Amino acid sequence: MKTFNYHSAKDVKEASKLSSSNSAFLAGGMTTIPSMKLGLASYKDIIDIKRIKKLSGIKVSGKTVTIGATTKHSEVANSKDVKKAIPSLAALAEGIGDPQVRNRGTIGGSIANNDPAADYPSACIALDATIHTNNRSIDAEKFFRGMFETCLKSTEVIESIEFSIPQKSSYQKLPNPASRYAIVGVYVAKHKTGINVGVTGAKSCVYNDKDLAGVLTKNFSSSAIDSVKISSSGMNSDIHASSDYRANMVKAFAKKAVDAC
Amino acid sequence: MKKIAIEVNGKKVSKEIQDHTTLSSLLRDILNLTGTHIGCDTSQCGACVVHVDGKSIKSCTALAVDLNGSKVTTIEGLASNGKLHPMQEAFKKMHGLQCGFCTPGMVMSAVDLLKNKKNPSDQEIRDWLEGNICRCTGYHNIVAAVKEAASKM
Repeated sequence: MKTFNYHSAKDVKEASKLSSSNSAFLAGGMTTIPSMKLGLASYKDIIDIKRIKKLSGIKVSGKTVTIGATTKHSEVANSKDVKKAIPSLAALAEGIGDPQVRNRGTIGGSIANNDPAADYPSACIALDATIHTNNRSIDAEKFFRGMFETCLKSTEVIESIEFSIPQKSSYQKLPNPASRYAIVGVYVAKHKTGINVGVTGAKSCVYNDKDLAGVLTKNFSSSAIDSVKISSSGMNSDIHASSDYRANMVKAFAKKAVDAC
Repeated sequence: MKKIAIEVNGKKVSKEIQDHTTLSSLLRDILNLTGTHIGCDTSQCGACVVHVDGKSIKSCTALAVDLNGSKVTTIEGLASNGKLHPMQEAFKKMHGLQCGFCTPGMVMSAVDLLKNKKNPSDQEIRDWLEGNICRCTGYHNIVAAVKEAASKM
């Protein structure tokens, strides 16, 4: 790993001030550190935001669950409040990586990285999340731009993610047997205001499948999905699964998610 | 270079290290605690699992500098007064290892599991050891060893 200057920021203001186009914020480091080791990324400055107390923690209000950016996956998975308000979100966190990754990896790191096969982005889409940063609040649908790309600026720090509590929801995924990343993951959530179907792993970026959502709005049952034709156009194709296979898995796992709601 | 002070297996350690030194490198190269193994070096294989402040983590993917003030336990810190930890005894008794490369990580991970779950089922053990890869045993005897340790602890 190439060397860098490590800084531990005491507050968000300091973290933002230290940042530049040649720096990265460090939370759990579950992607940043291996990426630097593999030579896929290098930075002049690494700005650790883990010790900023305000960035960690879980709050439930009447309609929303707000999770601080540096809250670890294991904390979300084991939170009684999350289990009660949005059980599917706690279950998603429990399925990320392995116990040691869950003990270090954070929700803010996951969505800032926007890996096309990460779990949390689908939750942001399905649960109408708002991403709060140090200078604005962003709707999830606008936050995720493309493969490993978000609308965050290099000096912008995610502070928390606010999820809407749905009437019912479920996240179901076909995990890669080695990494537990989603080959395909489908998060179905039924809100008073409408239905979202967040799909991860299938394309270069997470998306809301409007066709599936439309069908489920008329008839919220897995059999309603039978009539939907999912196109494999634009789907990922790799050693783990072809695009046709992924298209079929989107359908299969959407049905599974509806049944589990 | 940064100065850090941590506690490793009950002993206070103070060192000047480079900013990009990982915990695994601090343990092996600077403190000569070579029981912690480095396999993949990118947090998939689990050979480098140690405990930091009571929780299992992969030491190859943690910067030593960001653990300033922490308490670290490695495989060398499990035995006490020359007596193996029950998990180490169980791995020996149940043949939970062949080449032994993954074993330090397996043992550290399994000890963390039993802290949270006294009597895990086979499935719970297999799920917990998701991040520890063994290429020899086929896992069967590792699961048996963890169950044996659970019955003794």
